Formats: sequence, C-alpha cells, structure tokens
Amino acid sequence: MTTNGASLPAPLGLLAELTHRCPLGCPYCSNPLALDKRDDELDAATWSRVFREAAALGVLQVHLSGGEPAARRDLPEIVKAAREAGLYNNLITSAVGLTSQNLAVLADAGLDHVQISIQDSEEISADHIAGYKGAFGRKRAIAQEVVKLGLPLTINMVVHRANIGRVESMVELALSLGASRVEIAHVQYYGWALKNRAALMPTREQVDQAVHKVATLRTRHHGRIVIDAVVPDYYARFPKPCVGGWGRRSLNVTPAGRVLPCHAAEVIPGLEFWNVREHSLADIWRAAPAFLAFRGTNWMQEPCKSCARRDQDFGGCRCQAFLLTGDARAADPVCHLSPQHALVEQLAAAREDAAYDYRRA
Amino acid sequence: METPARNLSGSTCPRLPRGVRLTHNEAQGGWVLLAPERVFKTDAITVEILKRCTGDASLDAIVDDLASTFTAPRERIYADVVNLLASLADKKLLELG
Repeated sequence: MTTNGASLPAPLGLLAELTHRCPLGCPYCSNPLALDKRDDELDAATWSRVFREAAALGVLQVHLSGGEPAARRDLPEIVKAAREAGLYNNLITSAVGLTSQNLAVLADAGLDHVQISIQDSEEISADHIAGYKGAFGRKRAIAQEVVKLGLPLTINMVVHRANIGRVESMVELALSLGASRVEIAHVQYYGWALKNRAALMPTREQVDQAVHKVATLRTRHHGRIVIDAVVPDYYARFPKPCVGGWGRRSLNVTPAGRVLPCHAAEVIPGLEFWNVREHSLADIWRAAPAFLAFRGTNWMQEPCKSCARRDQDFGGCRCQAFLLTGDARAADPVCHLSPQHALVEQLAAAREDAAYDYRRA
Repeated sequence: METPARNLSGSTCPRLPRGVRLTHNEAQGGWVLLAPERVFKTDAITVEILKRCTGDASLDAIVDDLASTFTAPRERIYADVVNLLASLADKKLLELG
C-alpha cells in the first residue's frame, strides 16, 4: 500500500465515457490518442451495474460523457439507470447528434443537467475549431431546446490562443441562450491538446487579460449566471490539485470499462488498470494498483514531500509530471518550486501558428 | 446590482429548481445538495429549511413552521432563513417564486 494510512475516502464523482465516437474533431479533445473502438463499448446493463456500485461507494454525480454520448442509441436507457441508482446525472455533449425529440426522451428518463460545448462565440471560428461545418448553429438550437424543457444548462467554452480575446462575448452568448452556468476552460495539455500545443498556447498577456476579464464579468453578472474557470496552468505559480487528489474524489470509466483515476492516466507507463468487466467498482477503488500508485502522499519526493501545500494541491498532476519530465513521481513542473519549472516556461513560449491536427479515430 | 435575492418577501414561495436536488447518501455521511458540477454538504438546519422549500410554502409559513418546531425566536429564524435563501438564490440553487 502506498496510502498514507488515512482511511479510504469516498469518491464523489464518476466520469462515464460512454463512447469515444464523436462527429467533431476539436484539436484539444481530452480523449486519448488511441481511442476505444465501438465493438469494445460496455453495454447499458453493465453501465447500470457500475452506477449502482458507484452510488453505494458514495458517488453522488455521474458525468455522462464521451466522445459524444448521443452517438449511443441506448443513451435514454443509460440515463434512466443512472437516475434509478440515485445519481445526479449530467450529460456532457457537443449537441451534435441530439434532436429536440431525443432530448425530450432524455429529460423524461431523468436527466438532471446538460452541458453543451461551444467552440467560440463567432460562428466561422467555432466551426473551424470543431472541424465541423454547421456545428455552431446546431449547438445554439439544441441549447435553446434544453432551456425550453426546463433543464438547467451549462455552456462550456474551451479557450486558447485563437479565441481567448472573446471571453466577454462567450459569456454574453451563454446568457443569451439561457444558461445558468458557463465554464471558461483554458486548454489543458494532454492527448490531442498536447499534440496541438504550439498552435493552441496563448501568450501570458492574453491569459492575464482573460483572467482579469472573468473576474469583472463575475461581478457584473452576479446572481444571473455562474462563471466557473479552469485555470491555464502553464502560467500558474502553483499546480492545480488535479482531480482533487489521485484516487481521492473521482474515477473515470472508459468506453471499454477500464477504470482510471483521471481521464489521462493511461499515458503513465507501468500502471495497472482494472476493468469493470472483471472487478466491482468498490474493489477497484480500494485495491486496483493504478489507484494505489499515487493515492495519499507517501509516493512523493522533494520538493512535494516536505511542502506545506502537499495536502492542498497533491503535487499537481501526475500525468503532466510524467509527460513533461518523464517521471510521474516528480513535482508537476508547472509549480514554481519544481526544479524543472523553466521547462514549462520554454514550452509556453514555443508558439507556432500551424494548422490544427484534428482529433480523429 | 439587481440580483434574484432582492425579490425576497414574506409571500415568496422558494423552491429548488430542476437540476438541484437534496439527497441522502450514507457513504458521504448524510444530506447533500446536488447541483450542476457542484456538491454542497449541508448541516442539519439547512436541511430543515430546504425540505420546506417545496414551492408551496411561503417564506412566512416556513419561518412559522420552523419557529414552532424548534421553539426558537421567530425574528432570529427569519434572519437565518433569509440569509440562506438569498445566498442560495444568488448561486442559482433556489428559485424565488
């Protein structure tokens, strides 16, 4: 065991990647470069069991994600199973593939909340980023349907060098669509985004302006819309507390049933993941080697080990530590205390206006 | 600044909007308020107030009910309830009908 002797925490959230299929090609997609195939996807009955096991473990919310979850014809059955398990279910969708009809069916099945991604506040740019002509118009139409059905709506806007100057009009767009929440999510550099990093990376000046703008907009729209931001960590002084600490608050099930501590965890070599086809979720949470690998603080080395913030940011992100330094036990180099922090500054400066390498199967 | 909480009066009938649910989970140690991408642990007083936010009961009726159930001074309960409801409404966790 590599835990620090603390009692096993109860997870709060489950990210259910129902499929890796998606009509869009966003160059910052959080799916891995090697996508799970349709034939390997878990069936609805297995998801239903996973949801019941999750609720018994303490999970309160399930995020039905992908790929594009609407690519699954049995999505209503899956939503119903999540609701019957007592979970709060959140559909994370591109909206492409949803219609007003199947949205109504999902609402009846017990959907609690819908999150729609929109790639920019300007149509031409949005469709270019998504790699899908007409996506922007369809997203707007479906967003309005969500609100018409009385479901709460979040608009997720991923920001990067091409659109970061439009944070204000993004929030205006979310307001005009009737969203109660908007996420301004700076790209996190894993998977496809890492591949496209030079084309996506904003300048420090752009990031500072965007952060300032978000603070202003929060005050201006207080009580009208909740504005959440995912921080741009290459320009941060301290790392993000990735997934709230490894194996501490959440788990991720891939389309084929592998259970990961975070969606990017498979990039770390040598980790052993267990599959829901062979193990119960409770056994996986408690004993799967991948969950034990970085749970707690015993795995840490300096400067994390003796750091006053070690129980606050948990050494940052293990995947990022591995991807940038080659050592998954190193401090996340985003942290200014990391001996390899200079590398992050160099990488952030390596910007190049290249064509996007779109996500594809 | 105009916020929803400004509309709060004795005849307001607060209710949890769709997408906000009060749930009991044993493994999490009790009652929690679930909302989009957010989870709020709730103390016993908050739970008693939220259970009464059905959309049918007015703020006055909720305060009367709490004052008699817990034999506490009405003014103090009124102030506590208004503070809680206003803060929840600002976070989009409550509708003030």
